[in-house]
Order: sequence, then structure tokens, then C-alpha cells
Amino acid sequence: MRKPAVLTLTIVVAVGAVAMFFPFLWTLVTSVSSGAGLSATPQLIPADPSLDAYGELFDNTPFLQVVLNSLGLAVATTLAQLTTSALAAYAFSRLPFRGSNLVFGIYLATMMIPIQVLIVPLFVEIKTLGLLNTHLGVLLPGIASAFGVFLLRQAMSAVPRELDEAATIDGAGHFRIFGTIVLPLIGPALATLTVFAFMSSWNSFLWPLIVLRTPELQTLPIALAGLQGQYTTEWDVLMAGSVISVLPMVAIYVFAQRFVIQGVANTGIK
Amino acid sequence: MTALQSPPASVVVRGAPVRAQRPTARGLGRPRRSRLRYALIVLAFLLPSAVPLTLFTLVPMGAAFWVSLHEWNLIGPMKWVGLDNYVSLAGDPDTRRAFGNTVYYIVGYLPLVYIGGLAIALALNSRMPARAFLRGIYFLPVVTSWIVVALVWRWLLNPEYGVVNYALGLVGIDGPGWWTDPAWAMPSIILASAWKDLGFVMVILLAGLQAIPRDLYEAATVDGAGWWRRLFSITLPMLSPSTFFVIVISLINGFQVFDQVYAMTGGGPAGSSQVVVQQVYDLTFRYGRAGEASALSWMLFVVVLAITIVQLRGQKKWVNYA
Repeated sequence: MRKPAVLTLTIVVAVGAVAMFFPFLWTLVTSVSSGAGLSATPQLIPADPSLDAYGELFDNTPFLQVVLNSLGLAVATTLAQLTTSALAAYAFSRLPFRGSNLVFGIYLATMMIPIQVLIVPLFVEIKTLGLLNTHLGVLLPGIASAFGVFLLRQAMSAVPRELDEAATIDGAGHFRIFGTIVLPLIGPALATLTVFAFMSSWNSFLWPLIVLRTPELQTLPIALAGLQGQYTTEWDVLMAGSVISVLPMVAIYVFAQRFVIQGVANTGIK
Repeated sequence: MTALQSPPASVVVRGAPVRAQRPTARGLGRPRRSRLRYALIVLAFLLPSAVPLTLFTLVPMGAAFWVSLHEWNLIGPMKWVGLDNYVSLAGDPDTRRAFGNTVYYIVGYLPLVYIGGLAIALALNSRMPARAFLRGIYFLPVVTSWIVVALVWRWLLNPEYGVVNYALGLVGIDGPGWWTDPAWAMPSIILASAWKDLGFVMVILLAGLQAIPRDLYEAATVDGAGWWRRLFSITLPMLSPSTFFVIVISLINGFQVFDQVYAMTGGGPAGSSQVVVQQVYDLTFRYGRAGEASALSWMLFVVVLAITIVQLRGQKKWVNYA
């Protein structure tokens, strides 16, 4: 392409990127504008910046607890999904058994089932187990992920079988091969699943909304939705909550961008 | 009957030691004790995921259908009503409105994210400075939660103090009431959703674009094909598998739209943005009509499944797998 054309195109794309980024910037600006930023002429640089909104949030709502709840649940969900998915992926890629394809097909089919169809019976199940309004009740339905199994199985299929066979001759069993040969070689796929599992738990809304009632047990998205009732027009407080909710994901994203984008791109290539 | 025609299991087992003499090392043809051991190993690898998927997905799926055949308020005894819930829902104007609004959402959202995502992917597919950084910015909203997206856009689109209406005012346009106006509630939700998902669609399409062989373009350019001609004769046909994937995923997700509706409008004002899943939620947890809620969620599932199957069947007509 000609030089001027590249320049023009870059400028257009950059202007678009600024527009895409603007909502984040505006959220941050509003959160440090005292007086809720409710002025007729919005100011990009607040005249009197303050962290009052953050103080309000942490002093008058259990927001710190809520952040810790979200963090704990996201870490637990991620560890559980990594474990269950990696084990199942090994079975589907390395342990042939009668009906393997059928079972794998059922796993994939569960990806098609929307959570909305499940909420009434799941609610009753969790209630029967006495887990309503507990974190375990939020966690349990999410400890296995068909998507995770699919992702890791693809990665394990690419690990050369000669490696397992060599280990078998050396007397290694399946658990040894799984732990010392296959797992270390699928690092990028594990990283992708880590980010996706963490993100889906951190951002999940409908199920925690149904299970959790006590404010001290709530997760970030639910607390944020609840803030709307408490601080209807105090946009600085609402935006401060949004900033706190977005920051960890943005940090993880900046750190692991390669795995996230590669993961999304791979799901589209059949 | 068919069970009698197949040989009893013991016959299969008795044949096993013979096959075990072959050096398969795959477990299928080992002696009985070793086979049991192998089966236990397979179970050890599978059960940690199979048990939760069964308990928390497959069983509730069946149970939801069972509940949908009853009248039930989640607390009292269930009363069998057969298919009455489905019949009454089908004739209910609220159901039609919820499905209508959901389709409205998809019809507004899909062209926006596809054409927008394609334009950005095409631009980013050419060589330019800071490409990875720019791609990263476009993707950033994807990692944000729907609740934050809803809150932030409620603020941006605030009728009185929102920065969008302020900017419109600068160019002499009197901005609408956005999510406070029944006519603008759904467009507000569509706008916020498209902002969040644009980067996702872009990355899928970009991966598809990068898989198109360069020499196709070179040959076309030699033949004198211009930019638009190359777009319609090479890029779009070669990109059809990625386009297909985007459409299938967007329709599945679009029919299940909920979080952003709940947090932005709650289905209002006056039901103008009430969608199917919001209706399922309201029926269950606001009105205690779990039977109808389950029936409605099954109707939604069947609609999505049918649309997905139709798409999978129809893909041969336009999707071009190299």
C-alpha cells in the first residue's frame, strides 16, 4: 500500500480506538469528580478532583468484602475448571474407551444449553442441598466446563504420542504422563482457559443474583446492580464501583492479551 | 429386544485375553483385571467433570421440562397441568412482546457488530504502526462485565447530564431520552451491547482474514480487479466460515440476552425492552410462576436449537470451506 494511504487508514483506526476507549476514560473521570459530575457542561478534566466517591463506597457499603468475595469465587472456579477440564481432556485424547465419542458429544451438547433453562431446577437443587445464600452454592454448578474440556483436548491432541510411548516404556502410568509430560506442554491453552474461567466467574450475574441474598456475601456485578437503587443519581459513586470492578480484568487482560485474543481467534477457526 | 440379539457381555470378555497378545497397549484388549484397572483410570479422569455436568446441567435440563408441565409457585405442592403452560404462553401477548423485543435486539445488534467488526478487521489486517496496541483497545470492552457496560452506558446516555446528549447538543441536535424513553430503550441497549462485542467479532474475522492466501489478491490485482471487486469476489467468500461462526454465536447469545437489559432498563419503560430471559426471571422470582417460567425457557431453547440446526443445514449453500 502507498505511504499516504497507510497514514490515513491508521488515523481513522486510531480515532475509532479513541472512541472505543472513551467510555472507560469517562467512567474514570466521573469517579473522581466530586458533586457527582452533574453539571450541564461535562468536564474532561475535573475542576476539583477527589477520591470521595471511593471513600463513600468502602465506608458505607461492604464493598471491600464484595471485592474479596468475587476474587475468591473467581480463583476457586478457575482452579476447579482447570483441574476437571484437564483430566477429562486427557481421557478424551489419550484413553480410548467404548462410547468415548458419544460421551464427548454429550459434553459438547451441554455447551448449547442456556443457563436460563436450568435456573428453576438448579435453584431447587441448591436449596435442597441447603446451599442457598452460600458461596459454595454459587461455585458448584460452575466447577466443570465443557468449553474447557474442548479447548484442552484440542491442545493435548497436538502433543506428539511418541512422548507418552517413551514414558510408558520407562514405566510411567497415565497419571505420571498426564502430570509430567502432557500438562507442561499445553501451557498456552491452560493460560487461555485460566483467563476465560476467571473472566466468566468475575463477570457472571444471573446465577449469583439468584443464590446470594445477604449483602456481605454478594459479588461485584450484583453489588453494582444493587448500588443503582442506593445511589440513583450519585454517578461518581456508581462509576467508582465500575472502575474497581473493571480494573482487575483489565490488568489480567494487559498481562495475558496474547492468550485471550489467540483463544478467541482459535474458537472461530474450525 | 435388541439386547437379546447382541452377544452377552461375558462372550466379549472371554475373547479379550486372545486379543491381549497383540501389542496394542491401548487397554481394550487386556486381561480382565487389567481391564478393570483401565476402566477405573478412565473413570478417575472423567468423573470430576462428568458428575457436575450431569448434576448441574443434564439433570436440571430434564427437570425443567418436568416442572414446565406443572403449576408451581416454588414452595407449595406441584399441580399437573400437562401442556397448559405452553398453550397459555403461546396465546399470551406478553410472550409475543418478549420474543418480539428479543428479535428487535438481534436485528439491531447483529448488523452493527458484523459490519463494524469487519471494517475494523479489514483495516487492522493491513500493515500499520501500533497495530497490536490498536487491536487491544478495540478488544478491551470484551473483558468488561455486562453490568459495568450497562451502568457506564446509562451514564453516557443519561438524558439530562449524559455526555452523548451534550455532544449532540453541540452540533444542534436535541438528544432523545435514551433508556428513559420507550421508543429509545432498546436502541440504547443495542448500542451498549455492540460496543462491548465489537472487539470479539473483530478478532474472529481478523483470524479469518489472515488465513486467506495472499496470492489470490495478487492474481486479482493483475487481472485489474479494484478494492470493492476484491472485497466481494475474494474476501467475503473466503471469510464465510468466520462469518458463519459469528452469526451462529451471535444468534445463540442474542436470544439469551439478559444481564444488560436487567441492569439498564429492567425491561422497561412500560415493558418496551422486556426480553424473553427477563420474562423467565420475572415469572420465577417476582410472580412465583415457576411452571410457566420453565415452559417459556424450554420454548426459548427449542427456538434457538431450531434456528441453529437450520443454519447448520443451510451453510452448504453459502459457506465456503477450503
